[in-house]
Amino acid sequence: MSELPYSDGITPETVTEHGLTPDEYALIVEKMGRAPNTTELGIFSVMWSEHCSYKSSRKHLAGLPTTGPQVICGPGENAGIVDLGDGQAAVFKMESHNHPSYIEPYQGAATGVGGIMRDVFTMGARPIANMNALRFGDPSHDKTRHLLSGVVAGIGGYGNCMGVPTVGGEVNFHKRYNGNILVNAMTVGLVETDKIFYSAAKGVGNPVVYVGSKTGRDGIHGATMASAEFDDDSDEKRPTVQVGDPFAEKLLLEACLELMSSDAIIAIQDMGAAGLTSSSVEMADKGGVGIHFNLDKVPCREEAMLPYEMMLSESQERMLMVLKPGKEDDAHKVFQKWGLDFAVIGITTDTHHLVLEFKGEIVADMPVDALTDAAPIYDRPWEPTPKRDTLPADTFAEPADYGATLKQLVGCPDLASRRWIWQQYDHTVMGDTVQTPGGDAAIVRIHGTNKGVAISTDVTPRYCFADPHEGGKQAVAETWRNLTAVGATPLGMTDCLNFGNPEKPDIMGQFVGCLRGMGEAGDALDFPIVSGNVSLYNETNGEAIYPTPAIGGVGLLKDLDKRMDMALKDSGELLIVIGDTKGHLGSSIFAREIHGNEDGAPPPVDLGTERRNGDFVRSLIEGKRVSAVHDVADGGLLVTVAEMAMAGGIGANIDAPRDTTHAYLFGEDQSRYVISVTAQGAETIIRDAENAGVPATILGQVGSDAISINGQHTVTVNSLRGSHERWMPAFMAAAS
Amino acid sequence: MKSAVIVFPASNCDRDAAVALEAVSGAAPHMVWHGETDLPPVDFILLPGGFSYGDYLRSGAMAARSPIMREVIKAAHNGTPVLGICNGFQVLTESGLLPGVLMRNAGLTFVCKTVHLRVENNETLFTRHYNKGDQIAVPVAHHDGNYFADADTLKDLEDQNRIAFRYVDNPNGSQNDIAGILNANGNVLGMMPHPERVIAPILGGTDGAAMFESILEAVA
Amino acid sequence: MKARVHITLKSGVLDPQGKAIEHSLADLGFAGVGDVRQGKYIELDLTETDPEKARADVTAMCEKLLANTVIENYVIDLDA
Repeated sequence: MSELPYSDGITPETVTEHGLTPDEYALIVEKMGRAPNTTELGIFSVMWSEHCSYKSSRKHLAGLPTTGPQVICGPGENAGIVDLGDGQAAVFKMESHNHPSYIEPYQGAATGVGGIMRDVFTMGARPIANMNALRFGDPSHDKTRHLLSGVVAGIGGYGNCMGVPTVGGEVNFHKRYNGNILVNAMTVGLVETDKIFYSAAKGVGNPVVYVGSKTGRDGIHGATMASAEFDDDSDEKRPTVQVGDPFAEKLLLEACLELMSSDAIIAIQDMGAAGLTSSSVEMADKGGVGIHFNLDKVPCREEAMLPYEMMLSESQERMLMVLKPGKEDDAHKVFQKWGLDFAVIGITTDTHHLVLEFKGEIVADMPVDALTDAAPIYDRPWEPTPKRDTLPADTFAEPADYGATLKQLVGCPDLASRRWIWQQYDHTVMGDTVQTPGGDAAIVRIHGTNKGVAISTDVTPRYCFADPHEGGKQAVAETWRNLTAVGATPLGMTDCLNFGNPEKPDIMGQFVGCLRGMGEAGDALDFPIVSGNVSLYNETNGEAIYPTPAIGGVGLLKDLDKRMDMALKDSGELLIVIGDTKGHLGSSIFAREIHGNEDGAPPPVDLGTERRNGDFVRSLIEGKRVSAVHDVADGGLLVTVAEMAMAGGIGANIDAPRDTTHAYLFGEDQSRYVISVTAQGAETIIRDAENAGVPATILGQVGSDAISINGQHTVTVNSLRGSHERWMPAFMAAAS
Repeated sequence: MKSAVIVFPASNCDRDAAVALEAVSGAAPHMVWHGETDLPPVDFILLPGGFSYGDYLRSGAMAARSPIMREVIKAAHNGTPVLGICNGFQVLTESGLLPGVLMRNAGLTFVCKTVHLRVENNETLFTRHYNKGDQIAVPVAHHDGNYFADADTLKDLEDQNRIAFRYVDNPNGSQNDIAGILNANGNVLGMMPHPERVIAPILGGTDGAAMFESILEAVA
Repeated sequence: MKARVHITLKSGVLDPQGKAIEHSLADLGFAGVGDVRQGKYIELDLTETDPEKARADVTAMCEKLLANTVIENYVIDLDA
């Protein structure tokens, strides 16, 4: 293939600018049987981009567990669906909007939230909760404050206007995100199981309809941008960022749900990344049909738009639908009522080709399967991440004053209160928020019932960096644990896989390691992955982010009267730690924040233990035998108890071993929970735990207005709260 | 009680308001679309929270000029009780049914949290189930809740006992800590906090229920 | 004909957004900036060709919708 044909003014440089390699161009020519024109090249470039084709990741994604009796729809649709019983189901997905949010934080984050909500209501579900997982650079980095404030305002600006509560999430700060922040947004929706809509454009001769906002030139090549590394000129990429219009999306939501209550729709798909191109190609591919578009009918916001621009525009708040023939007028009336554009722009055909007609001429004609199945899949070379040594406890000096150390930890950037953030999100709209932000998992009531959906997002990137395999297991296990801690039965998860450049074997090794760990954990915990998104090339000037496979988990509470929270309630109760405490300090928050040490293997996760301990804790909650539960995570036991104390406004005295006390109190051993129980209840719980093979140890007693260790090192709950609440508002108020 | 909830294109607390009204009165309200030109015969009208027209231009500005608002204004002038919550309060000031204006919060950010309100006037059809001086816990969720009026208007509001609720700890910079005000006739109340979000213990409180019970009793 | 409408806060009305801009400018090292006020700018394309009528129309638009005269002033510029 030495002499490749070119047409329409395309040169090898044009091909490179479209993010395609010479080999990929050769494959396009082979599949087309001729040289593509510019419009066709543009369409190939987005369909074959990492973002749409998963060309680097697909091979490894195939190993993830995606099935289970509760799974109604797994990966491949707009979002995943799990059964909630009683004819209802939860529709959910998490998606990244990292690159746009770095370039323009408000609009990047806002359109990320808008996009993920569309993915959910496209399937017929009303969104009932939003979550987000955010990573920013070091607080001292000069862009961090600006990015955080813009991202939070953008998430709030969009979600608040939509009237969907943003009920929780997580935030980390680390210098490895200085040049690439992560904005991962998750939406959970509620659908009747007999009213689920899919994207397969089945049937020939059916009208293809465009609804929503008009098309402009915004975001052209956003999908290819999301698949390329940053350099110092990234600020110049601003024009490809889309602007969100939450008002239009609110109208689109209501109009779509109104039309969905009739039987007019055969298939529906959100126009997300790569807009009209990816939505039409995916619908045609799934339905086994072709689509013939008349682009003169596309509602345009700007003058003289070309087919290339219409097909690649990422203008927001648009949907593509295939209607049953004859339903056009009924559908049109609904969209007219909501003041939205509605245009029949094409028809399904039996050609299996995507054909574009513009001003009476055919401007593109491409086999659908060339765009999808023929997309290259890479088995990228990878090398496993070298294992680190486990650091012994005596690597780290014991603190002189545990109270002072605890106060410092609860006020450090990664553990400080996120109140400054979540007070900017409307978290009580819709009148069903049962557990507001700050708990282990958020809980929203299923409207009109006494059932609830629990939601949590988790990953510990420093573990994933230290040991991708254990880190991947831990991300899934911690999500499962957080759902368990509020009394929910975990049903399924979504993932947002944020990594660096997959063309580097060490980065690809992180990816492969994390996915294997996630898969093992999903299998062992019966916690399938039903939807997800991959974001690669999160690198700036050759330095990658920490591997960050963010997990969003969903669980079910069949009876909200049997939900649990972390607040200590009754003086005199006993604290019991469920799970084994060995004192693992490597890669811990204590090691990093107090000793500036980020070395050592992360704590391993034994998945059998995880399951046994979690099932035991859930049974205690269901039996109403505990008054507070909190999982043990960043910062270890002492931070866990402090968080329970701050939530309840009561202190506790902790009985700790006299030697390697710091490892006991700050070690981050996995699969643990702290529970609060009455003195009478404690005895039987410990006996039951023993019978179940679950370690259960008395940790201390609830009471007083302070935390103390063996009666010493006292620090008041009030001063802990002061430290916990102070950091973020002070950081955000400081002059840059 | 026959009631109506006005639904603007991007209202988003309309369902919450309807749930609260039905829970307290036992009757579902009429949901009236903003484009309508007729109001059904009702005893009470509620303008819900949300972003009406995206809150572009100014919060509540375009909603205040929508067709149904002509009927709401007429009904208010004829004495029908009208309650505007959050965006509904903004619509009431923009439509001239209540004086003043709700500006961007002093802190500039959207603020969602539970605040404490002091009941300043319990001799109204909206507040008779509270005691004067009661402190009630009710959430706020807004970007533009910073109440502003000129000195004469403020003096009138104070002198005529038309401040229904004041913030105990002002979240948005409102003048005189104003959280809710009445019109001169006492049949129109606008307030930024959301009483409809605190009508059940599972949602974190019940301090909003007394308002709907007051209205129910007043119009019965 | 094109109408350009500038909407500004009346003097005496607190402008928190203007204050925030002022602070940020000072933080960025721009000295000697005081009393920043943020307003709105709206462009309208009119079919009306008579300047007097156009001005009357746009004034009515400002009074009825574009400005909230409780807190805002407006200035109208017309291009032929």
